[in-house]
Amino acid sequence: MAINHSTAPADTGVRGPEREPVTLDVNGATYPIELEPRVSLLDALREHLDLTGTKKGCDQGTCGACTVWVDGRRVLSCLTLAMSCEGHQVSTIEGIAQDGELHPMQQAFVDHDAFQCGYCTPGQIMSAIALLREGNATTDADIAEHMSGNLCRCQAYPNIHAAIREVRDADDGG
Amino acid sequence: MAMRPITFFRAGSIDDAVAAVSANPDSAFLAGGTTEIDLLRLGVIQPTLLVDVNELPLTYLEDTEGGGVRIGAMARMSDVARAPRIVERYPGMSQALLLGASEQLRNMASMGGNMCQRTRCAYFRDGQSPCNKREPGSGCSALTGVNRGHAVLGTSDHCIATHPSDVAVALVALDATIRTIGPDGTNTIPIERFFLRPEDTPSVEHPLAHGELIVAIDVPNVPVARTSRYVKHRDRVSYEFALVSVFSAMRVDDAGNVAELRLALGGVGTVPWRAHRAEEALIGRPATPENVAAAADAEFADARTTPMNEFKVTFAKRAIVRELSEVSS
Ligand SMILES: Cc1cc2nc3c(=O)[nH]c(=O)nc-3n(C[C@H](O)[C@H](O)[C@H](O)COP(=O)(O)OP(=O)(O)OC[C@H]3O[C@@H](n4cnc5c(N)ncnc54)[C@H](O)[C@@H]3O)c2cc1C
Ligand code: SF4
Ligand code: FES
Ligand code: FES
Repeated sequence: MAINHSTAPADTGVRGPEREPVTLDVNGATYPIELEPRVSLLDALREHLDLTGTKKGCDQGTCGACTVWVDGRRVLSCLTLAMSCEGHQVSTIEGIAQDGELHPMQQAFVDHDAFQCGYCTPGQIMSAIALLREGNATTDADIAEHMSGNLCRCQAYPNIHAAIREVRDADDGG
Repeated sequence: MAMRPITFFRAGSIDDAVAAVSANPDSAFLAGGTTEIDLLRLGVIQPTLLVDVNELPLTYLEDTEGGGVRIGAMARMSDVARAPRIVERYPGMSQALLLGASEQLRNMASMGGNMCQRTRCAYFRDGQSPCNKREPGSGCSALTGVNRGHAVLGTSDHCIATHPSDVAVALVALDATIRTIGPDGTNTIPIERFFLRPEDTPSVEHPLAHGELIVAIDVPNVPVARTSRYVKHRDRVSYEFALVSVFSAMRVDDAGNVAELRLALGGVGTVPWRAHRAEEALIGRPATPENVAAAADAEFADARTTPMNEFKVTFAKRAIVRELSEVSS
Protein backbone atom coordinates (compact mmCIF):
# COMPACT_ATOMS: atom_id res chain seq x y z
CA MET A 1 0.00 0.00 0.00
CA ALA A 2 1.37 3.40 -0.94
CA ILE A 3 2.21 5.93 1.71
CA ASN A 4 -0.07 8.88 1.37
CA HIS A 5 1.83 12.10 1.96
CA SER A 6 -0.62 14.29 0.14
CA THR A 7 -2.75 15.31 3.09
CA ALA A 8 0.18 16.20 5.33
CA PRO A 9 -0.16 19.80 6.45
CA ALA A 10 2.41 22.23 5.17
CA ASP A 11 4.96 23.96 7.35
CA THR A 12 3.26 24.78 10.63
CA GLY A 13 6.36 26.22 12.31
CA VAL A 14 8.09 25.02 15.43
CA ARG A 15 5.59 23.56 17.88
CA GLY A 16 5.76 22.92 21.62
CA PRO A 17 7.11 22.12 24.09
CA GLU A 18 3.67 22.95 25.52
CA ARG A 19 0.48 21.36 24.25
CA GLU A 20 -0.44 22.24 20.71
CA PRO A 21 -3.53 21.53 18.66
CA VAL A 22 -3.08 18.32 16.66
CA THR A 23 -5.53 16.57 14.39
CA LEU A 24 -5.29 12.79 14.34
CA ASP A 25 -7.10 10.53 11.90
CA VAL A 26 -7.73 7.23 13.67
CA ASN A 27 -9.91 4.43 12.31
CA GLY A 28 -11.51 6.83 9.88
CA ALA A 29 -12.53 9.40 12.52
CA THR A 30 -10.93 12.80 12.96
CA TYR A 31 -9.81 13.77 16.45
CA PRO A 32 -8.80 17.37 17.12
CA ILE A 33 -6.82 17.20 20.37
CA GLU A 34 -4.01 18.99 22.17
CA LEU A 35 -0.70 17.25 22.69
CA GLU A 36 2.87 18.02 23.65
CA PRO A 37 5.28 17.08 20.83
CA ARG A 38 6.95 14.46 23.02
CA VAL A 39 3.75 12.36 23.22
CA SER A 40 4.08 9.08 21.37
CA LEU A 41 1.32 7.80 19.14
CA LEU A 42 0.87 4.99 21.67
CA ASP A 43 0.29 7.41 24.57
CA ALA A 44 -1.92 9.63 22.42
CA LEU A 45 -4.14 6.65 21.61
CA ARG A 46 -4.29 5.30 25.14
CA GLU A 47 -4.22 8.42 27.31
CA HIS A 48 -5.81 11.04 25.09
CA LEU A 49 -8.23 9.16 22.84
CA ASP A 50 -9.15 6.40 25.30
CA LEU A 51 -8.31 3.80 22.66
CA THR A 52 -6.65 1.41 25.10
CA GLY A 53 -6.71 -1.65 22.86
CA THR A 54 -3.18 -0.89 21.72
CA LYS A 55 -0.85 -2.10 24.49
CA LYS A 56 2.39 -0.81 25.96
CA GLY A 57 4.86 -3.61 26.65
CA CYS A 58 8.40 -2.32 26.48
CA ASP A 59 8.07 1.25 25.16
CA GLN A 60 11.40 0.68 23.34
CA GLY A 61 10.50 -1.05 20.13
CA THR A 62 11.30 -4.59 21.20
CA CYS A 63 7.96 -6.33 21.89
CA GLY A 64 5.39 -5.37 19.23
CA ALA A 65 2.48 -4.99 21.68
CA CYS A 66 1.95 -1.43 20.39
CA THR A 67 1.67 -2.41 16.70
CA VAL A 68 -0.75 -0.22 14.70
CA TRP A 69 -0.95 0.74 11.03
CA VAL A 70 -0.02 4.12 9.65
CA ASP A 71 -1.24 4.53 6.07
CA GLY A 72 -1.87 0.79 6.08
CA ARG A 73 1.64 -0.26 7.10
CA ARG A 74 2.34 -1.90 10.43
CA VAL A 75 4.55 0.19 12.68
CA LEU A 76 5.37 0.54 16.37
CA SER A 77 3.35 3.30 17.99
CA CYS A 78 5.74 3.56 20.96
CA LEU A 79 8.56 4.86 18.73
CA THR A 80 6.28 7.11 16.66
CA LEU A 81 5.51 10.68 17.71
CA ALA A 82 1.79 11.44 17.50
CA MET A 83 2.52 14.81 15.91
CA SER A 84 4.38 13.18 13.05
CA CYS A 85 1.16 11.27 12.20
CA GLU A 86 -0.78 14.37 11.27
CA GLY A 87 -2.06 13.96 7.75
CA HIS A 88 -1.68 10.20 7.91
CA GLN A 89 -4.23 7.49 8.59
CA VAL A 90 -3.83 5.54 11.81
CA SER A 91 -5.60 2.20 12.26
CA THR A 92 -5.86 0.39 15.58
CA ILE A 93 -7.37 -2.84 16.84
CA GLU A 94 -10.58 -0.95 17.71
CA GLY A 95 -11.22 -0.32 14.02
CA ILE A 96 -10.81 -3.88 12.81
CA ALA A 97 -14.25 -5.34 13.50
CA GLN A 98 -16.89 -4.26 10.98
CA ASP A 99 -20.58 -3.77 11.81
CA GLY A 100 -20.28 -5.64 15.07
CA GLU A 101 -18.63 -8.63 13.41
CA LEU A 102 -15.15 -9.72 14.35
CA HIS A 103 -12.51 -9.53 11.65
CA PRO A 104 -11.71 -13.04 10.38
CA MET A 105 -8.32 -12.80 12.07
CA GLN A 106 -9.92 -11.91 15.40
CA GLN A 107 -12.32 -14.83 15.00
CA ALA A 108 -9.45 -17.16 14.12
CA PHE A 109 -7.55 -16.08 17.24
CA VAL A 110 -10.62 -16.96 19.32
CA ASP A 111 -11.16 -20.27 17.53
CA HIS A 112 -7.52 -21.31 17.88
CA ASP A 113 -7.07 -20.16 21.46
CA ALA A 114 -4.28 -17.94 20.20
CA PHE A 115 -3.77 -16.14 23.49
CA GLN A 116 -3.62 -16.70 27.22
CA CYS A 117 -3.28 -13.40 29.06
CA GLY A 118 -4.18 -11.50 25.90
CA TYR A 119 -1.75 -8.66 26.42
CA CYS A 120 0.16 -9.14 23.18
CA THR A 121 -2.98 -10.02 21.20
CA PRO A 122 -3.97 -6.65 19.73
CA GLY A 123 -0.43 -6.22 18.42
CA GLN A 124 -0.36 -9.80 17.14
CA ILE A 125 -3.61 -9.32 15.26
CA MET A 126 -2.58 -6.00 13.73
CA SER A 127 0.67 -7.63 12.61
CA ALA A 128 -1.04 -10.79 11.37
CA ILE A 129 -3.55 -8.98 9.16
CA ALA A 130 -0.76 -6.84 7.74
CA LEU A 131 1.37 -9.93 7.14
CA LEU A 132 -1.28 -11.51 4.93
CA ARG A 133 -1.66 -8.26 3.04
CA GLU A 134 2.11 -8.11 2.54
CA GLY A 135 1.95 -11.60 1.06
CA ASN A 136 4.90 -13.09 2.93
CA ALA A 137 3.10 -15.91 4.75
CA THR A 138 3.59 -18.79 2.33
CA THR A 139 5.44 -21.19 4.63
CA ASP A 140 5.44 -21.70 8.38
CA ALA A 141 8.99 -20.36 8.40
CA ASP A 142 7.79 -17.21 6.60
CA ILE A 143 5.08 -16.71 9.19
CA ALA A 144 7.49 -17.17 12.09
CA GLU A 145 10.02 -14.81 10.52
CA HIS A 146 7.57 -12.05 9.69
CA MET A 147 5.79 -12.27 13.03
CA SER A 148 9.06 -12.19 14.98
CA GLY A 149 8.49 -8.56 15.95
CA ASN A 150 5.57 -9.60 18.16
CA LEU A 151 6.63 -11.33 21.33
CA CYS A 152 4.26 -13.43 23.43
CA ARG A 153 5.25 -14.09 27.04
CA CYS A 154 2.57 -16.77 27.25
CA GLN A 155 4.14 -18.64 24.35
CA ALA A 156 0.93 -18.84 22.35
CA TYR A 157 2.98 -18.92 19.15
CA PRO A 158 1.79 -22.28 17.75
CA ASN A 159 -1.84 -21.21 18.10
CA ILE A 160 -1.16 -17.74 16.70
CA HIS A 161 0.46 -19.33 13.68
CA ALA A 162 -2.46 -21.73 13.29
CA ALA A 163 -4.87 -18.80 13.30
CA ILE A 164 -2.85 -17.02 10.63
CA ARG A 165 -2.70 -20.14 8.46
CA GLU A 166 -6.43 -20.57 8.69
CA VAL A 167 -7.17 -17.02 7.53
CA ARG A 168 -4.52 -17.28 4.83
CA ASP A 169 -5.99 -20.48 3.45
CA ALA A 170 -9.55 -19.16 3.66
CA ASP A 171 -8.42 -16.08 1.73
CA ASP A 172 -6.81 -18.28 -0.90
CA GLY A 173 -9.98 -20.31 -1.24
CA GLY A 174 -12.24 -17.31 -1.56
CA MET B 1 9.59 6.46 31.23
CA ALA B 2 8.58 10.01 30.47
CA MET B 3 10.46 11.80 27.78
CA ARG B 4 11.90 15.26 28.31
CA PRO B 5 9.85 18.04 26.73
CA ILE B 6 10.80 18.77 23.14
CA THR B 7 9.80 21.07 20.36
CA PHE B 8 8.88 19.75 16.92
CA PHE B 9 9.22 21.07 13.41
CA ARG B 10 7.97 19.28 10.34
CA ALA B 11 10.30 20.25 7.52
CA GLY B 12 8.62 20.90 4.18
CA SER B 13 11.85 20.99 2.19
CA ILE B 14 15.44 19.82 2.44
CA ASP B 15 16.60 23.42 2.82
CA ASP B 16 14.18 24.02 5.70
CA ALA B 17 15.35 20.86 7.42
CA VAL B 18 19.03 21.73 7.09
CA ALA B 19 18.45 25.34 8.15
CA ALA B 20 16.39 24.34 11.19
CA VAL B 21 18.95 21.86 12.53
CA SER B 22 21.96 24.02 11.64
CA ALA B 23 20.49 26.97 13.55
CA ASN B 24 20.00 25.04 16.79
CA PRO B 25 22.89 23.13 18.40
CA ASP B 26 20.42 21.09 20.49
CA SER B 27 18.41 19.83 17.55
CA ALA B 28 18.33 16.59 15.58
CA PHE B 29 16.68 15.17 12.50
CA LEU B 30 13.80 12.80 13.12
CA ALA B 31 13.38 10.09 10.49
CA GLY B 32 11.71 6.78 11.43
CA GLY B 33 12.44 7.50 15.07
CA THR B 34 13.44 3.92 15.85
CA THR B 35 16.76 5.07 17.27
CA GLU B 36 15.96 8.70 18.00
CA ILE B 37 12.75 8.30 20.01
CA ASP B 38 14.09 5.24 21.80
CA LEU B 39 17.23 7.04 23.00
CA LEU B 40 15.35 10.24 23.82
CA ARG B 41 13.00 8.33 26.08
CA LEU B 42 15.91 6.48 27.68
CA GLY B 43 17.57 9.83 28.38
CA VAL B 44 20.67 8.87 26.41
CA ILE B 45 20.40 11.85 24.05
CA GLN B 46 18.96 15.27 24.83
CA PRO B 47 17.92 17.19 21.75
CA THR B 48 15.34 19.89 22.51
CA LEU B 49 14.15 20.28 18.90
CA LEU B 50 13.27 17.45 16.55
CA VAL B 51 13.10 18.29 12.87
CA ASP B 52 10.82 15.77 11.17
CA VAL B 53 12.18 14.83 7.74
CA ASN B 54 9.53 12.18 7.01
CA GLU B 55 7.64 14.33 4.52
CA LEU B 56 10.69 15.08 2.36
CA PRO B 57 10.63 13.58 -1.15
CA LEU B 58 13.56 11.27 -0.46
CA THR B 59 11.88 7.85 -0.63
CA TYR B 60 12.91 7.08 -4.21
CA LEU B 61 15.13 4.40 -5.71
CA GLU B 62 16.52 5.20 -9.14
CA ASP B 63 19.14 3.92 -11.54
CA THR B 64 22.37 5.85 -11.85
CA GLU B 65 24.54 6.09 -14.93
CA GLY B 66 26.64 2.97 -15.19
CA GLY B 67 24.10 0.61 -13.70
CA GLY B 68 24.16 1.54 -10.03
CA VAL B 69 21.26 2.53 -7.80
CA ARG B 70 20.63 5.74 -5.89
CA ILE B 71 18.60 5.17 -2.75
CA GLY B 72 16.81 8.15 -1.20
CA ALA B 73 17.68 8.64 2.46
CA MET B 74 14.04 8.30 3.51
CA ALA B 75 13.45 5.05 1.64
CA ARG B 76 12.35 2.54 4.27
CA MET B 77 14.29 -0.65 4.93
CA SER B 78 11.31 -2.86 3.98
CA ASP B 79 10.81 -1.11 0.65
CA VAL B 80 14.50 -1.13 -0.27
CA ALA B 81 14.82 -4.82 0.65
CA ARG B 82 12.06 -5.79 -1.77
CA ALA B 83 12.80 -3.38 -4.61
CA PRO B 84 13.41 -5.57 -7.68
CA ARG B 85 16.61 -3.74 -8.68
CA ILE B 86 18.09 -4.32 -5.22
CA VAL B 87 17.04 -7.98 -5.15
CA GLU B 88 18.50 -8.56 -8.62
CA ARG B 89 21.71 -6.56 -8.42
CA TYR B 90 22.54 -6.84 -4.72
CA PRO B 91 20.74 -9.84 -3.22
CA GLY B 92 23.11 -9.82 -0.23
CA MET B 93 22.00 -6.28 0.58
CA SER B 94 18.34 -7.27 0.39
CA GLN B 95 19.06 -10.19 2.72
CA ALA B 96 20.93 -7.93 5.16
CA LEU B 97 17.92 -5.60 5.30
CA LEU B 98 15.42 -8.40 5.81
CA LEU B 99 17.51 -10.00 8.54
CA GLY B 100 17.52 -6.72 10.49
CA ALA B 101 15.00 -5.78 13.17
CA SER B 102 11.33 -6.71 12.56
CA GLU B 103 8.86 -5.94 9.78
CA GLN B 104 7.29 -3.14 11.85
CA LEU B 105 10.68 -1.53 12.45
CA ARG B 106 11.73 -2.00 8.81
CA ASN B 107 8.55 -0.20 7.74
CA MET B 108 9.61 2.77 9.88
CA ALA B 109 13.40 2.79 9.66
CA SER B 110 14.95 4.86 6.89
CA MET B 111 18.20 4.16 5.08
CA GLY B 112 19.67 7.49 6.21
CA GLY B 113 18.69 6.81 9.80
CA ASN B 114 20.13 3.31 9.57
CA MET B 115 23.55 4.78 8.79
CA CYS B 116 23.29 6.90 11.95
CA GLN B 117 21.87 4.30 14.35
CA ARG B 118 23.67 4.07 17.67
CA THR B 119 25.32 1.12 19.35
CA ARG B 120 23.33 -1.35 21.43
CA CYS B 121 26.03 -1.36 24.18
CA ALA B 122 24.01 -1.69 27.39
CA TYR B 123 26.19 0.83 29.25
CA PHE B 124 25.61 3.40 26.54
CA ARG B 125 21.88 2.76 26.64
CA ASP B 126 21.43 2.79 30.43
CA GLY B 127 22.04 6.53 30.50
CA GLN B 128 24.13 6.45 33.68
CA SER B 129 27.14 4.12 33.58
CA PRO B 130 30.50 5.64 32.68
CA CYS B 131 30.57 5.63 28.87
CA ASN B 132 32.91 7.65 26.67
CA LYS B 133 30.52 7.52 23.75
CA ARG B 134 27.66 9.08 25.69
CA GLU B 135 29.70 11.17 28.15
CA PRO B 136 33.19 11.86 26.78
CA GLY B 137 35.90 11.30 29.38
CA SER B 138 33.72 9.32 31.78
CA GLY B 139 35.38 5.98 31.01
CA CYS B 140 34.24 2.77 29.38
CA SER B 141 32.21 0.41 31.54
CA ALA B 142 32.29 -2.31 28.93
CA LEU B 143 36.07 -2.82 29.04
CA THR B 144 35.77 -4.71 32.32
CA GLY B 145 32.02 -5.30 32.26
CA VAL B 146 29.66 -7.54 30.37
CA ASN B 147 31.14 -7.40 26.88
CA ARG B 148 30.11 -10.62 25.18
CA GLY B 149 28.48 -8.71 22.34
CA HIS B 150 31.25 -6.18 21.94
CA ALA B 151 33.68 -5.64 19.10
CA VAL B 152 37.05 -7.32 18.56
CA LEU B 153 38.18 -5.28 15.54
CA GLY B 154 38.75 -1.53 15.35
CA THR B 155 38.48 -1.07 19.11
CA SER B 156 40.36 1.45 21.24
CA ASP B 157 41.15 1.82 24.93
CA HIS B 158 38.18 4.18 25.09
CA CYS B 159 35.39 2.19 23.47
CA ILE B 160 34.73 -1.34 22.20
CA ALA B 161 31.13 -0.89 21.12
CA THR B 162 29.92 -2.94 18.16
CA HIS B 163 28.37 -1.21 15.18
CA PRO B 164 24.88 -2.72 15.01
CA SER B 165 23.83 -2.18 11.39
CA ASP B 166 23.36 -5.07 8.99
CA VAL B 167 22.78 -3.19 5.76
CA ALA B 168 25.82 -1.00 6.37
CA VAL B 169 27.94 -4.17 6.19
CA ALA B 170 26.62 -4.76 2.68
CA LEU B 171 27.17 -1.13 1.77
CA VAL B 172 30.84 -1.07 2.81
CA ALA B 173 31.43 -4.18 0.72
CA LEU B 174 29.75 -2.48 -2.23
CA ASP B 175 31.78 0.75 -1.93
CA ALA B 176 28.65 2.86 -1.59
CA THR B 177 28.75 6.64 -1.29
CA ILE B 178 26.81 8.79 1.15
CA ARG B 179 25.42 11.99 -0.40
CA THR B 180 24.61 14.87 1.89
CA ILE B 181 23.32 18.42 1.88
CA GLY B 182 24.48 20.57 4.75
CA PRO B 183 24.87 24.17 5.80
CA ASP B 184 27.92 24.37 3.51
CA GLY B 185 26.35 22.73 0.48
CA THR B 186 26.48 19.26 -0.97
CA ASN B 187 29.00 16.58 -0.09
CA THR B 188 29.78 12.99 -1.05
CA ILE B 189 31.45 10.66 1.43
CA PRO B 190 32.84 7.23 0.53
CA ILE B 191 31.10 4.90 2.94
CA GLU B 192 34.20 3.55 4.63
CA ARG B 193 35.12 7.11 5.58
CA PHE B 194 31.62 7.68 6.90
CA PHE B 195 32.00 5.27 9.83
CA LEU B 196 34.68 6.46 12.24
CA ARG B 197 36.48 4.11 14.59
CA PRO B 198 36.31 5.13 18.26
CA GLU B 199 40.02 5.92 18.73
CA ASP B 200 40.24 8.79 21.24
CA THR B 201 36.80 10.21 20.49
CA PRO B 202 34.15 7.47 20.59
CA SER B 203 31.39 10.08 20.73
CA VAL B 204 32.24 11.17 17.18
CA GLU B 205 30.84 8.50 14.89
CA HIS B 206 30.52 10.25 11.53
CA PRO B 207 32.17 13.13 9.68
CA LEU B 208 28.80 14.88 9.33
CA ALA B 209 28.55 18.54 10.32
CA HIS B 210 25.66 19.45 12.61
CA GLY B 211 22.71 19.98 10.30
CA GLU B 212 24.18 17.97 7.45
CA LEU B 213 21.40 15.78 6.06
CA ILE B 214 21.99 12.49 4.29
CA VAL B 215 19.90 12.75 1.13
CA ALA B 216 20.87 9.56 -0.68
CA ILE B 217 23.10 6.52 -0.75
CA ASP B 218 24.68 5.63 -4.08
CA VAL B 219 25.44 1.98 -4.70
CA PRO B 220 27.68 1.51 -7.73
CA ASN B 221 27.36 -1.16 -10.38
CA VAL B 222 29.11 -4.21 -8.93
CA PRO B 223 28.44 -7.18 -11.25
CA VAL B 224 29.87 -9.73 -8.82
CA ALA B 225 27.28 -8.59 -6.27
CA ARG B 226 24.54 -10.26 -8.31
CA THR B 227 25.45 -13.45 -6.49
CA SER B 228 26.17 -11.79 -3.15
CA ARG B 229 24.87 -13.23 0.10
CA TYR B 230 24.47 -12.16 3.69
CA VAL B 231 24.41 -14.59 6.58
CA LYS B 232 23.70 -13.52 10.13
CA HIS B 233 24.55 -15.62 13.17
CA ARG B 234 22.84 -14.62 16.41
CA ASP B 235 21.46 -15.79 19.73
CA ARG B 236 17.94 -16.29 18.40
CA VAL B 237 16.67 -17.09 14.93
CA SER B 238 15.09 -13.74 14.24
CA TYR B 239 14.74 -10.18 15.57
CA GLU B 240 18.20 -10.04 17.09
CA PHE B 241 21.45 -8.26 16.38
CA ALA B 242 24.36 -10.20 14.91
CA LEU B 243 27.08 -11.93 16.87
CA VAL B 244 28.80 -12.44 13.54
CA SER B 245 27.50 -11.68 10.08
CA VAL B 246 29.15 -12.09 6.70
CA PHE B 247 28.47 -10.33 3.41
CA SER B 248 30.26 -11.99 0.52
CA ALA B 249 30.41 -11.81 -3.24
CA MET B 250 33.06 -13.82 -5.05
CA ARG B 251 34.00 -14.68 -8.62
CA VAL B 252 36.30 -17.56 -9.38
CA ASP B 253 38.11 -17.60 -12.74
CA ASP B 254 38.49 -20.54 -15.12
CA ALA B 255 41.72 -21.58 -13.48
CA GLY B 256 39.88 -21.93 -10.18
CA ASN B 257 41.39 -18.85 -8.58
CA VAL B 258 39.50 -16.08 -6.83
CA ALA B 259 39.28 -13.25 -9.34
CA GLU B 260 37.05 -10.92 -7.40
CA LEU B 261 36.02 -10.83 -3.77
CA ARG B 262 33.92 -8.49 -1.67
CA LEU B 263 33.88 -9.48 1.97
CA ALA B 264 32.53 -7.55 4.94
CA LEU B 265 31.67 -8.47 8.50
CA GLY B 266 29.06 -7.39 11.04
CA GLY B 267 28.93 -7.98 14.78
CA VAL B 268 32.69 -7.96 15.23
CA GLY B 269 33.79 -4.41 14.46
CA THR B 270 33.35 -0.96 15.93
CA VAL B 271 32.39 -0.02 12.38
CA PRO B 272 30.83 -2.10 9.61
CA TRP B 273 33.96 -4.08 8.76
CA ARG B 274 35.31 -4.44 5.24
CA ALA B 275 37.66 -7.41 5.32
CA HIS B 276 40.34 -5.87 3.11
CA ARG B 277 43.12 -8.11 4.37
CA ALA B 278 41.20 -11.29 3.78
CA GLU B 279 40.22 -10.09 0.32
CA GLU B 280 43.85 -9.40 -0.58
CA ALA B 281 44.99 -12.72 0.83
CA LEU B 282 42.57 -14.69 -1.31
CA ILE B 283 42.71 -12.89 -4.63
CA GLY B 284 44.56 -15.00 -7.18
CA ARG B 285 44.31 -18.17 -5.12
CA PRO B 286 41.84 -21.02 -5.05
CA ALA B 287 39.28 -20.66 -2.27
CA THR B 288 40.20 -23.87 -0.56
CA PRO B 289 39.19 -24.12 3.10
CA GLU B 290 42.89 -23.78 4.03
CA ASN B 291 43.37 -20.62 1.99
CA VAL B 292 40.14 -19.11 3.24
CA ALA B 293 41.09 -19.91 6.83
CA ALA B 294 44.48 -18.27 6.32
CA ALA B 295 42.78 -15.20 4.88
CA ALA B 296 40.42 -15.04 7.85
CA ASP B 297 43.42 -15.38 10.17
CA ALA B 298 44.99 -12.38 8.49
CA GLU B 299 41.84 -10.36 9.00
CA PHE B 300 41.74 -11.12 12.71
CA ALA B 301 45.48 -10.86 13.34
CA ASP B 302 45.01 -7.61 15.27
CA ALA B 303 41.79 -8.64 17.02
CA ARG B 304 41.58 -7.45 20.61
CA THR B 305 39.42 -9.73 22.68
CA THR B 306 38.11 -10.09 26.20
CA PRO B 307 37.44 -13.42 27.90
CA MET B 308 33.75 -12.96 27.11
CA ASN B 309 33.99 -12.10 23.44
CA GLU B 310 37.03 -14.04 22.26
CA PHE B 311 34.65 -16.69 20.90
CA LYS B 312 33.76 -14.22 18.16
CA VAL B 313 37.14 -14.63 16.49
CA THR B 314 36.76 -18.38 16.05
CA PHE B 315 33.10 -17.96 15.22
CA ALA B 316 33.81 -15.37 12.52
CA LYS B 317 36.64 -17.38 10.96
CA ARG B 318 34.43 -20.44 10.71
CA ALA B 319 31.60 -18.37 9.30
CA ILE B 320 33.91 -16.98 6.62
CA VAL B 321 35.25 -20.41 5.72
CA ARG B 322 31.75 -21.78 5.42
CA GLU B 323 30.50 -18.85 3.38
CA LEU B 324 33.28 -18.66 0.86
CA SER B 325 33.52 -22.38 0.25
CA GLU B 326 29.76 -22.43 -0.30
CA VAL B 327 29.80 -19.47 -2.65
CA SER B 328 32.58 -20.95 -4.74
CA SER B 329 31.05 -24.38 -5.14
C1 LIG C 1 14.35 -3.46 18.69
C2 LIG C 1 15.24 -3.03 17.56
C3 LIG C 1 15.94 -3.97 16.82
C4 LIG C 1 16.76 -3.58 15.76
N1 LIG C 1 17.44 -4.54 15.07
C5 LIG C 1 18.26 -4.15 14.04
C6 LIG C 1 19.00 -5.11 13.31
O1 LIG C 1 18.92 -6.31 13.56
N2 LIG C 1 19.80 -4.67 12.29
C7 LIG C 1 19.90 -3.34 11.98
O2 LIG C 1 20.63 -3.00 11.05
N3 LIG C 1 19.24 -2.41 12.68
C8 LIG C 1 18.43 -2.79 13.71
N4 LIG C 1 17.76 -1.84 14.42
C9 LIG C 1 18.09 -0.43 14.21
C10 LIG C 1 17.26 0.24 13.16
O3 LIG C 1 17.60 -0.29 11.90
C11 LIG C 1 17.61 1.72 13.22
O4 LIG C 1 17.09 2.23 14.44
C12 LIG C 1 17.03 2.49 12.07
O5 LIG C 1 17.61 2.08 10.86
C13 LIG C 1 17.23 3.98 12.23
O6 LIG C 1 16.53 4.65 11.21
P1 LIG C 1 15.37 5.68 11.53
O7 LIG C 1 14.84 6.16 10.24
O8 LIG C 1 14.38 5.12 12.47
O9 LIG C 1 16.23 6.82 12.21
P2 LIG C 1 15.94 7.79 13.44
O10 LIG C 1 15.79 7.02 14.68
O11 LIG C 1 14.87 8.76 13.11
O12 LIG C 1 17.32 8.57 13.45
C14 LIG C 1 18.52 7.95 13.88
C15 LIG C 1 19.62 8.98 13.92
O13 LIG C 1 19.97 9.38 12.61
C16 LIG C 1 19.77 10.76 12.42
N5 LIG C 1 19.23 10.86 11.06
C17 LIG C 1 18.11 10.26 10.60
N6 LIG C 1 17.98 10.48 9.27
C18 LIG C 1 19.04 11.23 8.91
C19 LIG C 1 19.48 11.78 7.67
N7 LIG C 1 18.78 11.61 6.54
N8 LIG C 1 20.64 12.50 7.65
C20 LIG C 1 21.34 12.69 8.78
N9 LIG C 1 20.98 12.19 9.98
C21 LIG C 1 19.84 11.47 10.04
C22 LIG C 1 18.84 11.19 13.51
O14 LIG C 1 19.02 12.54 13.88
C23 LIG C 1 19.25 10.25 14.64
O15 LIG C 1 20.38 10.74 15.28
C24 LIG C 1 16.90 -2.20 15.45
C25 LIG C 1 16.19 -1.26 16.18
C26 LIG C 1 15.36 -1.64 17.23
C27 LIG C 1 14.61 -0.59 18.00
S1 SF4 D 1 31.94 0.22 24.75
FE1 SF4 D 1 31.69 2.33 24.02
S2 SF4 D 1 29.50 2.61 24.16
FE2 SF4 D 1 29.96 0.87 25.51
S3 SF4 D 1 30.40 1.71 27.56
FE3 SF4 D 1 32.36 1.62 26.47
S4 SF4 D 1 32.50 3.71 25.62
FE4 SF4 D 1 30.36 3.40 26.09
S1 FES E 1 5.59 -1.15 23.39
FE1 FES E 1 6.21 -0.69 21.36
S2 FES E 1 7.42 -2.38 20.83
FE2 FES E 1 7.01 -2.75 22.93
S1 FES F 1 -1.06 -14.04 25.27
FE1 FES F 1 0.03 -13.37 27.02
S2 FES F 1 1.69 -12.30 26.09
FE2 FES F 1 0.79 -13.26 24.40
